[in-house]
Amino acid sequence: MSWLAQNWEQVVSLAGDHLALSLPAIALSILVAVPLGRFAQRRPRLGGPLTSAAALLYAIPALPMLIVVPVLLGVPLRSNANMIITLAAYGTALLVRSVVDGFGSVDRTVRESATAIGYSPIGMFWRVDLPLALPVILAGVRVVTVSTISLATIGALVGIGNLGSLLTDGFQRGITSEVLVGILATAILALALDGLLLIVGRALAPWRRVRA
Amino acid sequence: MNLLADALSWLADPSHWQGSGGIPLRIGQHLLLTALALVIASIIALPAGALLGRTRSGGAVIGAVAGSARALSTIGVLTLVGLWLGIGIGPPLVALVVLAVPSLLAGAYSGVQSVSGEVTAASRAIGMSSAQVIRRVELPLALPVIVGGARAAALQVVATATLAAYTADVGLGRYLFTGLKTQDYGQMLAGSILVILLAIILELAFAALQRLAARHAAPHSTPALSSRRTSS
Repeated sequence: MSWLAQNWEQVVSLAGDHLALSLPAIALSILVAVPLGRFAQRRPRLGGPLTSAAALLYAIPALPMLIVVPVLLGVPLRSNANMIITLAAYGTALLVRSVVDGFGSVDRTVRESATAIGYSPIGMFWRVDLPLALPVILAGVRVVTVSTISLATIGALVGIGNLGSLLTDGFQRGITSEVLVGILATAILALALDGLLLIVGRALAPWRRVRA
Repeated sequence: MNLLADALSWLADPSHWQGSGGIPLRIGQHLLLTALALVIASIIALPAGALLGRTRSGGAVIGAVAGSARALSTIGVLTLVGLWLGIGIGPPLVALVVLAVPSLLAGAYSGVQSVSGEVTAASRAIGMSSAQVIRRVELPLALPVIVGGARAAALQVVATATLAAYTADVGLGRYLFTGLKTQDYGQMLAGSILVILLAIILELAFAALQRLAARHAAPHSTPALSSRRTSS
């Protein structure tokens, strides 16, 4: 691991780039998937095709996606925007399912009681549905977070710098330690964020725990 | 400047459809690599997962393996195995097998484990032998979940087989990397379209297979509503 000792500054800076790509993508996934999943759960007739479409989107391999997104949306191939949009698309496709399940798990009688004591539809969403769906949604967010972090490494193949650059650079120059550091740094970053979300989840919804 | 037109004319060029490096050969390589990886991974993972599911042991370990596999970068595995084992078709195959095992293992485990002990006890009570219980009761009931695991594994493998062209001269990914290196966006996009079509066809085929297995497992219930992935 003398490679790491000599290059740790580069690893830290690439980890920063990695987070700058992944965190906006994860945030975007949540912002899109929660309303979309809620809509799909309330209107199953439209929601069924919607979740099927999400499953198909998720089936598209990542490298071709990085090449197709610039053609469809006009962003440059080697841009952070391309990577963030691609990662957010996968994150949304994956998370919509959990959001549908989460809102679906809210007990009908609880909602009826809330209506009876005078909750408005907006109050119902923020103070009844969302808190009760939260544990299931957060379990989904944890899965999305881990897979987004590991998927972001693909960006290095088209020249979008992040921890994946250690993999491509190490492979081309034949430095096994560099590749190993790339794999480990990515996994550690993913698992650290996962642990952080676990703690946040316990603070936000202490009454119930759902395993990811 | 119309990239899509470039890609279509690249696809329409007859010279891209023949010889070594032609589209049919590349598709064949891609499918063969995917199938081979899935078969080898199944031989390793399915019996192990089913055995552990039957004894209902090791669930925590399998959960941890499947969970941490998600944190593993697929190009990381490809490049590492590539550096260790050198060039050729072998290293990507090993990497694909490694990436397919967790989903298959988790599917086999949770499928077999979900078969109720009362059902197997009842099967024995009406005189079925152990082999009959496995073949005619446990396996059909566990099959939808096992196929779900295979579906997730296939998705992972067909996508990663595209990246395998980075370390070896194999499969449809070659068009993407050649296009990237030579700034030939038409070729890159044409290759991407082919990979996406292949992946979507595979996904639809596995989804249909999973529905078939579900109908076989529970013929009198309403068709299974969800086709959830078991690994995620």
